[in-house]
Amino acid sequence: MTSFTKPLIRRKNEPTNALGLIRSDYDGAMSTLCAGCGHDGVTASMARAFFELSIEPHRAVKVSGIGCSSKTTAYFLRESHGINTVHGRMPSVATGAIAANHELAYIGVSGDGDSLSIGLGQFVHAMRRNVNMLYMLENNGVYGLTKGQFSAAADMGSTAKKGAINELPPIDPVALALSVGATFVARGFSGDREQLVPLIKAGLKHKGFGLIDVISPCVSFNDHKGSTKSYEHTYKYYNPAIHADYVPPSAEIKAAYNAGDVMPVELHDGGQISLRKLENGYDPRDRAAAVNKLFESAQSEEIITGLLYINEDQKDMHEMARMEDRPLNTIPYAELNPGAAKLKEIQKGFR
Amino acid sequence: MSELRVNDFTIKVGNVNGTGSASANALLMKIIFRMGVPVVGKNIFPSNIQGLPTWYEIRVTEKGYRGRSGDVDLMVAMNPESYKRDLEELSPGGILLYDNTWPRPHFLTRNDITVIGVPLSRMCNAAFKVARSRILMKNVAYVGAVAALLDLDLDIINTLLREMFAVKPKLVDLNLQAISLGYDYAKQHFGNVNKFKVKARDLTSDKVMMDGNTTAGLGCVYGGATFGAWYPITPSTSLMDAFVSYCKMLRVDPDTGKHKYCITQAEDELAAAGMIIGAAWNGARSFTPTSGPGISLMSEFIGFAYYAEIPMVLFDIQRTGPSTGMPTRTQQCDIQLCAHASHGDTKHILLFPADPSECFDMAVNALDLAERFQTPVFVLSDIDVGMNDWMIDELTWDDNYVPDRGKVLTPEDLADMDKFHRYLDVDGDHIPYRTLPGTDPKGAYFTRGSGHNKYGGYTEDGAEYKEVVDRLHAKWASAADKVPAPIINKASKPPQGNIKFAIISLGSCDGAVLEARDKLESEGVYLNYMRVRGFPFHDIVKDFIDAHDQIFVIEQNRDAQLLGLLLSEIDVPREKLIPILHYSGEPLDYKFVHEALGKELKTRRQVA
Repeated sequence: MTSFTKPLIRRKNEPTNALGLIRSDYDGAMSTLCAGCGHDGVTASMARAFFELSIEPHRAVKVSGIGCSSKTTAYFLRESHGINTVHGRMPSVATGAIAANHELAYIGVSGDGDSLSIGLGQFVHAMRRNVNMLYMLENNGVYGLTKGQFSAAADMGSTAKKGAINELPPIDPVALALSVGATFVARGFSGDREQLVPLIKAGLKHKGFGLIDVISPCVSFNDHKGSTKSYEHTYKYYNPAIHADYVPPSAEIKAAYNAGDVMPVELHDGGQISLRKLENGYDPRDRAAAVNKLFESAQSEEIITGLLYINEDQKDMHEMARMEDRPLNTIPYAELNPGAAKLKEIQKGFR
Repeated sequence: MSELRVNDFTIKVGNVNGTGSASANALLMKIIFRMGVPVVGKNIFPSNIQGLPTWYEIRVTEKGYRGRSGDVDLMVAMNPESYKRDLEELSPGGILLYDNTWPRPHFLTRNDITVIGVPLSRMCNAAFKVARSRILMKNVAYVGAVAALLDLDLDIINTLLREMFAVKPKLVDLNLQAISLGYDYAKQHFGNVNKFKVKARDLTSDKVMMDGNTTAGLGCVYGGATFGAWYPITPSTSLMDAFVSYCKMLRVDPDTGKHKYCITQAEDELAAAGMIIGAAWNGARSFTPTSGPGISLMSEFIGFAYYAEIPMVLFDIQRTGPSTGMPTRTQQCDIQLCAHASHGDTKHILLFPADPSECFDMAVNALDLAERFQTPVFVLSDIDVGMNDWMIDELTWDDNYVPDRGKVLTPEDLADMDKFHRYLDVDGDHIPYRTLPGTDPKGAYFTRGSGHNKYGGYTEDGAEYKEVVDRLHAKWASAADKVPAPIINKASKPPQGNIKFAIISLGSCDGAVLEARDKLESEGVYLNYMRVRGFPFHDIVKDFIDAHDQIFVIEQNRDAQLLGLLLSEIDVPREKLIPILHYSGEPLDYKFVHEALGKELKTRRQVA
C-alpha cells in the first residue's frame, strides 16, 4: 500500500487568497485516519489558516513525531516540506531546523502521547527556549495506533473502552506551558473551527513558542460514555471563553465589536491579535491570571478554551542566540572560512 | 650509578586534583618543548572536581616518539595518598622527588632509586600569605626544583610565565618567586644529581602542542559548520568549548555583535541529535560532540538520519564503558556501536583520527562526507587524542578548499525537471538529490523514518522497501574510497621467515605501535603495519590482509571490535587475525605492544 493522492478539483468562482491560491492548494494526501477522527478537523483548520494568511505553501514547514496526530502532517500543505521524526522528538528537530532558517513558518503537530509521555522533556525545553513555532497538540487522552491505552492526558476517573478506570492524575499541557515559559498558550476543540482557525492564524503570527492544546476526540478508542475526551463530554462542558483574531498589518480593525469587548495585542509583524469575549477584565497578558482561570475552570469541570495567555515581549530563540538576520543556511562559506593566514596566527598560542 | 640520560626519559607527577597542578605540569612540558626537544604529555585524571589522585606524565623523547614509554624515571610524588603506589612505579635508577615538609613513612622506601626531599610546603607557607596561593605555588615550586635537576632554561621559564599571565602581570612575579624557591633549593642541595638532563635542540620549531578536541572544534569552524548542539559529557565538552571560543573570535560581527553561528546546549543527547538533524535537513552544516553514553541515547535518531538520508556529524570522544565506566579513562570501545548504531539494518561511515592533526582534517572530512552521502558520519576520537596535548606539525589550511555540499537542487535545477522524487537514484551513484525547505514548491517532499519507496511515498510493499534499503547499502559501500585511505608503513626490510606477519591498528594506538615496531626491528624482526583510517574499509585493507599470513590487530578494547568488523566486512579466515588488546583505560604504551607482539611471535613461530 502506498499513500493516496487526493484528487484536485477546481470549482468555478472559488475564493482565492492574496496569492491567487484556492483553499485546496493547501491540501495534502488523503487522510488514512478513522472516519470522524477529530484530527481530520484540525488538519482542515490548519490548511484553512495557512490559506487565509496567504502563506506561500513552500515557505511553511511541517514537523511531527509519531502517532495518529503526527501522521496528519502528510494530509495538508503538499507543497511544503514535512518531516515525520521519531516518537516524542519533534521539538528538537524543529529547534535545529529553525536555528538554520528562521524565516519560514513552522508548524509542529503532535499528540498527547508524543508530547506528554515519551516526549515530555523535549516539549518542555522547546517552550523554555521560546522556539518560534506553532505547536498543535491534538489531545484525545488515548493511544490510538496501539489500540486504546490511557495517555498521560487522561483525566482521573475516566474509563477506557473496555472499562478500566484511570487513577493517575493528568498532565495538563496548558498548565505546563504556562509554567515553563511558552509565550502563546491556547486551548481549542476540533469540533469548533470557528474558534480554532483564528487561533491557529494568531499562533502562526506570534513570535515565539505557541501552543494550542486541541481537544480532538478519538472515535475508535475514546468516544464512549465515561471518557472525558469524548465529543459528548466536550460539548457538554465546553466554554469558548476567549476568542482571538489575527488582524494583518494593513487591515483596518473591524468596528463591529464593541470597543470594551476587544483587546488588541500588537505583534512583531505590525499586525494585531484582537481578543474578544473577555470576561470581567480578564487580561491574557497576565500569566498569574491565566493560571488562576485555568485551575478555577478545571475545578468546575469546565473545559475553558481560547487564547489564555500571550506574551509578545519575550525574546525568541533566534534573538537569545544573537544570530544575524540572515538565516544561517544562507551565509556563504567565504564568510565562514577564517583562512590559512588566520590559522597560522591562532597557532602561535600553542607554541 | 647509571649513566646520564639526555632527552630520553619520563617524568610523572602524582598530585591531588583541584590544586592547580594542571597548569604547573603544562608549564613544565612547555619549557622542554620550547627548548626544542619533543615531548609527549598524558593526563591521567579522576572523574572528580577536587581531592582525588591525578597524574601527569611527560615523556621527553628526542626521537619524537608519540606514545608512552611505559617507564617512569623521575617521579614527583606530591600526593601522600598515592605515595606508595608512585614509589613502586618508579623504574630502577630513577629519582623520586617529594615534599619533605612532613616526614614520610620510613618503611616506604627503595634502595635502587635516588630520593630527593624538598620542603615545598614549608618554603611556600613562609613566602606566601594567602592560603590559596600557598597551595598553587607549591606546584610551581616543584617545577622549579625539576628545572634545576634537569637543567631547564630559566630564560624560557621567564618568557613562558610572562606569556601565560600577560593579562595578570602581578602573577608573573609570584610564579617566578615560587620557581626560584624550588630551583635554588634543589641546586643547593642536589646540584650533584646528574641522571637526567634536557639539552636544547631544534626539533620543535614547526610544531605546536594541541589537543584533539581543540583541533576538532577548530576543524568545524574551518569546515563551515554554523550549528552545533550538545549535552555536556566528559570527555567531549572541550570540543564544544573550542568551537564556541573560535566562533566568538571569528564569527561575531564587530559592529552589530550578531553571530554567524548558533550553539544550543540541549536537554539531553537525544535532543542534541534531533537538533543537528533538523539543522542539517534545513541546509546548515552542523555537528554534535559526545561520548559513548551519548551515542547510546542518540541511536534512534541516528537510524532515522540513516534511513531518511539526512547529513549528521558526530564526534565520539571514546571513554571506557560499559555504562558509566571510567569516564576519564581512554578506550576505543565504541567502534562496533558506531558502525551499526540504531535498530534495524544500519551501517555508518566512521573516521579514526590518530592525533590532533587528523582530528582537524577529519572534522572537515566528516562535514563533507555527511553532506555528500546524506548520512551519519562518526569521528571516533578518544580521551588520549581528544584531551592530551600532542606535539604535532603546525596545522595548515588550503585556501582553495570548497565545501562539498552534496547533491542539493536549487530552484533553477527544479525548473528544468518534470518532477522531483526524493529517493530516486538518478545518476546511478546510489545518492539521490535532496531539496531544502523554503526554496521551491516543486521541491517539497515528506521526510519519514517509516517505510518509503524510491519516490519518497509511504510504503509497506516488500519489493519497494527492499529497493531503497539495498540502495542505502550500496551508497554506504561506495564511501570506501572516499574515507581517508589506510596508511601502510612498510618494514625497513621485507618480513623474514616462512610466515609473513603484519600489524593492523587504528587511531591513538599509532605512536605505541610504531615505536614497538622500531624496537622489534632493532631485534631483527620486521613487520609491515597498516593503520586503518576509515570505515567502510578501503580496498587496500583487503589487499594488505591478503598479502600476509598472520596479522596482529592491535586495539584498545576487550572485545576485539576492529577485528570483528574486519571479519564481518572482509572475506578473511578467522584464524588469520590475532587480537592484541589493551583496555586498562590508560593510554597505550609501546612496551605493552612490544611484549605482546614478542610473545605472540614466539608462540606462533614455534607452532609453525
